[in-house]
Amino acid sequence: MYNGGKIIAGLIIFVGLFTFPIFYNMGKTSAMPEPKLDTPVIKQLVEKRCVESKEYMRANHMQLLDNWRDLVIREGNLVYESTGGKKYIMSLQNTCMHCHSNKKEFCDKCHNYANVKPYCWSCHIPPKENEI
Amino acid sequence: MNAILSLIAVIGLVLIPLIGVKGANLHFLFGIVVPYIAIIVFLIGVISRVMKWGRVPVPFCIPTTCGQQQSLPWIKQSKLDNPSTTSGVVGRMLLEVLLFRSLFSNTKFELREGPKLSYGSTKWLWLGGLAFHWSFFIVLVRHIRLFTEPVPAFLKNVEALDGFLQVGIPGVLISGVVLLLAVTYLFLRRVFVPQVRYISLAADYFPLFLIMSIAITGILMRYFLRVDLVSIKTLTMGLVTFNTKIPEGISVIFYIHLLLVSTLIAYIPYSKIMHLGGVLLSPTRNLPNNSRMVRHVNPWNYPVEVHTYQEYEDEFRDKMKNAGLPVEKE
Repeated sequence: MYNGGKIIAGLIIFVGLFTFPIFYNMGKTSAMPEPKLDTPVIKQLVEKRCVESKEYMRANHMQLLDNWRDLVIREGNLVYESTGGKKYIMSLQNTCMHCHSNKKEFCDKCHNYANVKPYCWSCHIPPKENEI
Repeated sequence: MNAILSLIAVIGLVLIPLIGVKGANLHFLFGIVVPYIAIIVFLIGVISRVMKWGRVPVPFCIPTTCGQQQSLPWIKQSKLDNPSTTSGVVGRMLLEVLLFRSLFSNTKFELREGPKLSYGSTKWLWLGGLAFHWSFFIVLVRHIRLFTEPVPAFLKNVEALDGFLQVGIPGVLISGVVLLLAVTYLFLRRVFVPQVRYISLAADYFPLFLIMSIAITGILMRYFLRVDLVSIKTLTMGLVTFNTKIPEGISVIFYIHLLLVSTLIAYIPYSKIMHLGGVLLSPTRNLPNNSRMVRHVNPWNYPVEVHTYQEYEDEFRDKMKNAGLPVEKE
């Protein structure tokens, strides 16, 4: 082996960088985040249902909110009719966050886990939460 | 023909998980076993290939010299193009790895009417290559978010910068789009430039199709088919913490993406993609041009036994004297 020291050092650095997540997460167990649905408002609901089905909201809530923004701001349309025929006022702060008043335990749980940083809150005011 | 064969191979790779996961429910195989095998094959392959290269002796001092070498003090040396010191070599290597300087000097020549031979500089390969490698690197870095918990803070900045156009929801990330465009350009270049097509092999087309399909499945997952990111991260975190689990509800497109990536990773050490290690071990790039200052000893020089005249005379001095032959030492 020629220049063995340099080559082996390079290889060790490469393997170290490549396997960095293993060392970074060593000793931790990863649990799937579970957004909490136990706000006072949700507890009082008779039918615990968001504007659309849970599966739909899970996959498409960001696009729904984006549509809502366009409909309200650009077209002045304030009422959303869900697939069930129920009507809702399209408002993040007044409709969504009315029930989901726990941003930290609801929104942030998955967003932080997946490193997603939505820019909702650069304009909207997040609900006031008691510091735990 | 080479291109079609490669395309068929990649389509086959897409169909395998489609059938295996959708039809036969082999989630464990495609979600956990295949990625682990790919990583092991990759690491063993890279290490053994680099060790093999490291054992090859370099008989001559053969750096490529693209400028004025070090000479008399009043002749200006081209320090980066003809380095004579280690720091010069490191500088040249860094610029090569990060900015592809050798592609920047790419020239094209053509025969015009006259007949006249004309030379021109072409930067398209350099630009396409640079866009491809850098966007691929950023895409790779962004994927660290799936393998770390908590996610390192700098990744938020990377993603914010990558998606600063804020187009659509979820926001378009520039690196992914650039990657797909660049790899498409590199493929079209092989198809439409006759000289390049002539020298292109299946081993050239296959990685291009593979990376193209990886980019396409990635873009599909993010913007169109909408996979469940939280479940996917649960799976990937299971892989890096050796606590494997297969969450429910992961779409088959993810398994397709995963098999394509696993194939690419396992394929790297045995293919042209190994240039990522090879560039550092190229004697034409990692040697300084100091052949007039330092003697480069060929490591395989056989130790030749010599018998000098002094030794010869010592051995035969008496006999030489007897025969009346002149000797140097009495």
